Amino acid sequence: MVQLHQARFDTSFAALSDATRRGVLEQLGRSDASITDLAETFRMTLTGMKKHISVLEKAGLVTSEKVGRVRTCRLGISRLEQEAEWIEQYRQLWDARFDRLDMVVEELKNREKSDGR
Amino acid sequence: MGDRQENVPVNGRTVVKRISEREIAATRIFDAPARIVFEAWTDPELFARWWVPKSLGVPLRSCEMDVRTGGTYRLEFGKDAENSWAFFGKYIDVVPPTRIVWTNDEGENGAISTVTFVEQDGKTLLTFSEVYPSKQALDESLGGMDGAPEQFEQLDELLATLGAGRA
Repeated sequence: MVQLHQARFDTSFAALSDATRRGVLEQLGRSDASITDLAETFRMTLTGMKKHISVLEKAGLVTSEKVGRVRTCRLGISRLEQEAEWIEQYRQLWDARFDRLDMVVEELKNREKSDGR
Repeated sequence: MGDRQENVPVNGRTVVKRISEREIAATRIFDAPARIVFEAWTDPELFARWWVPKSLGVPLRSCEMDVRTGGTYRLEFGKDAENSWAFFGKYIDVVPPTRIVWTNDEGENGAISTVTFVEQDGKTLLTFSEVYPSKQALDESLGGMDGAPEQFEQLDELLATLGAGRA
């Protein structure tokens, strides 16, 4: 199962590695926007923004639809869930370890306290 | 450095953040001075008590650690000699009680692991970070458990147990 995600992770993490693209995702998280709106918000040419959107689309993070002359962009559905899950697994492992480390640390602390007396 | 600041956990809970394409880090605050957390990390007997969460269901068969710059470590997991695997490597920088850096030499794509202990007001901010040779190596690693499929199976079991314990 893990292997299947790798190719996708490559494109999605690469897409996320750019500050403008992260900004676009934040913006789209608040509301849908046209490429023209986004280009204005991020002070960039229409062509530049189109390139960014295309990277995000390839990673499945954004979908866009052309209605009339306007192309509206919105967040791709649930495409970041697996990435979040991957990190969550790592977090759970460390959380479990740290819980136990906490117990060991507490014991050492008590020992030090009683030795000090 | 700026990135690190954002990692400070709230309420001392574990926070995990992908720092860059090649780096991932876990942080937590411990209510003890750095020398104590450092001791729990560097004494093999103490280390063995927390490194493998009990729910993993796989015992640590042996734990050898010579925690000093240039020293080595070897951790062997498994139910018996046939079904076991080892994590091993070298300590490349040890500065008590603030920092330990080591290699993970089980495979080509091993990370460089760094743990730092930053003490403030009697508490210790622990940051554990892994820097992989490539983005792909990190994506495939799942927290230093890269390689053998049975490791992922073990991890799956662990996660199932954790999930059950929390529900």
